[in-house]
Amino acid sequence: MKPALQLDDLTICYNRHPAVHHLSGAFHRGSLTAIVGPNGAGKSTLLKAIMGLLPVTTGRIDHAALAPSEIAYLPQQAQIDRSFPITVLDVVMLGHWQRISVLRAVTTQLRDQAVAALAAVELVDFQRRPIRSLSAGQFQRVLFARMLLQDARLILLDEPFTAIDARTTADLLNVVRTWHDQQRTVIAVLHDLEQVRVHFPETLLMARSSIAWGQTAQVLTPENLQRARQMAEAWDEQALLCGVNP
Amino acid sequence: MRRALVACLALGLGCGPVGVLLMLRRMSLMGDALSHAVLPGAAIGFLIAGFSLAAMSLGGFAAGLTVALLAGLVTRFTGQREDASFAAFYLMSLALGVLIVSTRGSSVDLLHVLFGTILAVDDASLILVASIASLTLLTLAVIYRPLIVECFDPGFLQSVQAWGTAYHLAFLILVVLNLVAGFQALGTLMAVGLMMLPAAAARFWAQEVWSMAAVAAGIAVLSGYIGLLLSYHANLPSGPAIILTAGMAYLLSIVLGTQDGLLVRFLPRQHLQA
Repeated sequence: MKPALQLDDLTICYNRHPAVHHLSGAFHRGSLTAIVGPNGAGKSTLLKAIMGLLPVTTGRIDHAALAPSEIAYLPQQAQIDRSFPITVLDVVMLGHWQRISVLRAVTTQLRDQAVAALAAVELVDFQRRPIRSLSAGQFQRVLFARMLLQDARLILLDEPFTAIDARTTADLLNVVRTWHDQQRTVIAVLHDLEQVRVHFPETLLMARSSIAWGQTAQVLTPENLQRARQMAEAWDEQALLCGVNP
Repeated sequence: MRRALVACLALGLGCGPVGVLLMLRRMSLMGDALSHAVLPGAAIGFLIAGFSLAAMSLGGFAAGLTVALLAGLVTRFTGQREDASFAAFYLMSLALGVLIVSTRGSSVDLLHVLFGTILAVDDASLILVASIASLTLLTLAVIYRPLIVECFDPGFLQSVQAWGTAYHLAFLILVVLNLVAGFQALGTLMAVGLMMLPAAAARFWAQEVWSMAAVAAGIAVLSGYIGLLLSYHANLPSGPAIILTAGMAYLLSIVLGTQDGLLVRFLPRQHLQA
């Protein structure tokens, strides 16, 4: 079976300096993968490139099996204006975009589904609240409810639990597990290794290039983590041209 | 005078909602920038055809749109922030406008373009203003949903809809159109006032975008009406009278507004249990 997402010798650069360097591998359908690595390892860059938000320098990202509408993405620092005058239910309803688009009406059925999604993240009483009255954790629940409605086959989460309390994290991890049980492909950038060991069967440990990729227990070994840490974070201004042929 | 009143009504209806969206996009000052950018186009139109509304409007529209597009393109392709690119292009445009007027016209002409004369509105300009207002409201109704998403969470719109930025462009065109509609009545300098002041005031009265837009349109229409009456009876210039009326509405809203207004905020009230 074709994987949900295949990376072929992928390099992504900022100003010719690679943030992701000759990365190859595949995310299999229905897999639940954590991406782990030090700051500056290219984790967020990889997700953005998968979403088509950054140009690929060389190599290829192949998600031919999936239409763009089948991919949902939760950015690390969404450019969301949280003071915007909009209600919780309206935000969640945006998850229906593929069905309502610009002009189509919101039916009672769609609205009920949105309320059910809010119930799944335990915010059902918040429907009419303006979003600016929510805490960071509550707002993250709202964004998860919106992703529930998007019904995507591939779900990309960039540090979804940073600055989120333990209970909210546990609840949202439950949502992730539900997605996994429904055979959706989920990729999450994470920093909490304990969390990764408990909840994520597969891990990609990267530091620009892949240090290890596979079963979490085999990837997160002390030796691999040590190698990832040694990666120099700063750009080398005098870096030589990369000798690997594209 | 009757024509002037109708023109103000139409202007207010279109400018109010556009202003609210500008404010929510944190582009309040970009409206200002665009209003200055309109100047060279209007000036060229003025020099070619004299005080002809059609020529000045067309020129102003072209100039405003050029600045908006160039600034948008620079932001899109270089990553420079939109406020900086807008400032750069509007300043060039403004300087060019003043240069054109001062080399070829008199300072009286400049004053006309800068401050407008609503009492000189004729049937043709009335139809223009009314058409722009209708077009604005219709377009806003159609692209309301993506426009709001683009405002609130641009990353999301980008991920679910190709060509999300097209709505931004359509909106910028509406802004320029409304400024052009306003400049003959209020002048290029003050046209943006009827957009931003009612919008800024409406924020103190409403919690959702549609109600905010309705309140803003209401305040804009009322300011036009009251300002015009003041200018007529007290023999004041119409533009400043209208904008100052809108300014009064803004000041009153800051104090009395139900959403975060000063009175609500500082009136001692017992806090709730949870």
